[in-house]
Amino acid sequence: MKVLSEERTRALFEKLTKYIGVNVKLLIDRPDGTYCFREKKDRVYYISERLLQLAQTVKPDHLISAGTCFGKFTKTNKFRLHITALTYIAPYAPYKIWVKPSAEQQFLYGNHVIKSGLGRITENTPKHQGVVINTMSDIPIGFGVTARSTTECRHADPLATIAFHQADIGEYIRSEDTLV
Amino acid sequence: MDIVNEILEKEQKKAEKYKPITVEKHLELEFDIGTLLASDTNDLDIKSLKSDSQRDSYLNTLARDNTQLLLNKIWELPTERIDEAIVVKLPQPKTVLPRSKPVPKPKPLTKWQEFAKAKGITKNKKDKVKWDEQLQKWVPLYGFRKAVAEKEKQWLIEVPQHLDPMVDMFEKKAMEKSEKVAKNELQRLKNIARAKKVNIPRVGLPVTSDKANAAQLSTAAIVAKASTASLGKFQDKLPKEKEARGKGVHELIPGKDRKRKAPIPTPQAEKQNNLNLIDKILNKRPKIDMEKAVSKHIHEEQIQRSEEKKTMKPLKGKRKTKGGNATNFSAKKPKAGKGQRNPNKKNPGRKRR
Repeated sequence: MKVLSEERTRALFEKLTKYIGVNVKLLIDRPDGTYCFREKKDRVYYISERLLQLAQTVKPDHLISAGTCFGKFTKTNKFRLHITALTYIAPYAPYKIWVKPSAEQQFLYGNHVIKSGLGRITENTPKHQGVVINTMSDIPIGFGVTARSTTECRHADPLATIAFHQADIGEYIRSEDTLV
Repeated sequence: MDIVNEILEKEQKKAEKYKPITVEKHLELEFDIGTLLASDTNDLDIKSLKSDSQRDSYLNTLARDNTQLLLNKIWELPTERIDEAIVVKLPQPKTVLPRSKPVPKPKPLTKWQEFAKAKGITKNKKDKVKWDEQLQKWVPLYGFRKAVAEKEKQWLIEVPQHLDPMVDMFEKKAMEKSEKVAKNELQRLKNIARAKKVNIPRVGLPVTSDKANAAQLSTAAIVAKASTASLGKFQDKLPKEKEARGKGVHELIPGKDRKRKAPIPTPQAEKQNNLNLIDKILNKRPKIDMEKAVSKHIHEEQIQRSEEKKTMKPLKGKRKTKGGNATNFSAKKPKAGKGQRNPNKKNPGRKRR
């Protein structure tokens, strides 16, 4: 478990601010204990200080993961969020998209959200904004990036892409072996 | 007789000085004359070993006796006399001694040897000579008289159709050969460097050929730019110059990417650092997003228009109910059969102009 370097921390926070904006502070500044980000084999884990100290007693070779995996750094040093981060992103996300029950399955199979499947969208969502995608019953099922702003959505044709798929909970099954 | 006695006494005194050459032992010693080794398997006298006063003398006598036995054994061997010195030829040693130096390590494999091993390619030895049908004789494949045979065989080379007819094919061939030799030499040096685990730069000399590709040129440019005392830190940039990917020039310099491990910060310090970093990221001056501005403007316009429509609608209705003098702004010519007839009017029918 390594401490993230300055540039990697920056990349991580920049990515997180795309989805949850100023709420990133809440991930660090928690009343219930200190939480931090640690890196292991290019994967970033969000872990409480208490748990980290327990994890440090394990020999590094034997430790596979500790805490919650937020994502990984690619070989070109870009940060990619994983679906496992959804539990921390979903409650803080200011911009959301709700998909109709008929389009849920399509999204969970890794497809983009199209206009016909769009149930609701947060007012004033800009273009290329990280959004959390919910079902109509407010259960988060993934996240993505908007392809159109809210105003543009109104005039889009039914097959136009509204949000690009980035991660969905179907990945827990589809890419079980590569997630952690 | 006095003289004889005197001499005898003297001899006796002399003999008292020296100990006898015969030594008695319970068990015979084991000898390995080849290494001048005698090993005594007899028990030691523990009593004299433990007492401080006797220990040294005991060990001394023991050593002398054993040495005497060893020398006796040597004297049993056939002696020679070379230049007034008595010499003995020792037999072959029987004891196996451990080697003084470690077993030499196997030679590291070259890159090709490694590859061949992984692929299971075995070397099959070629003959030194080969029968040449054209020359009707045995021709060496390498080494002595190979070049002569080659010259004899290829006294003429055809210039291919697609090449410039003025090309000297012999010169071209020699050039290719010398390049091959140079490449082989470079690979040999690389193999040595690899075996000794020496870091060598990924790029060597700057490209001189005019046919360098884009990647080679860009690396050359990066290297050239970083070839200042400050590693190119204060060098001017071109307006659209690409940054070197990854670590830039540092990955081309061997031993440059050794990093010192940063100390692990305390939880409080780490938290503070993270919060500061987040503040920095959040307080970045927003760029003017033209697209966003335009879409916002469009959105406002749309809202305005829709509100206008809402307020306009009732007006239109009033006009219709009133009938008559609504101003028609259309520039088209009025058509027949469109308007409603009003029989109360003076002149019924379409207005004619």
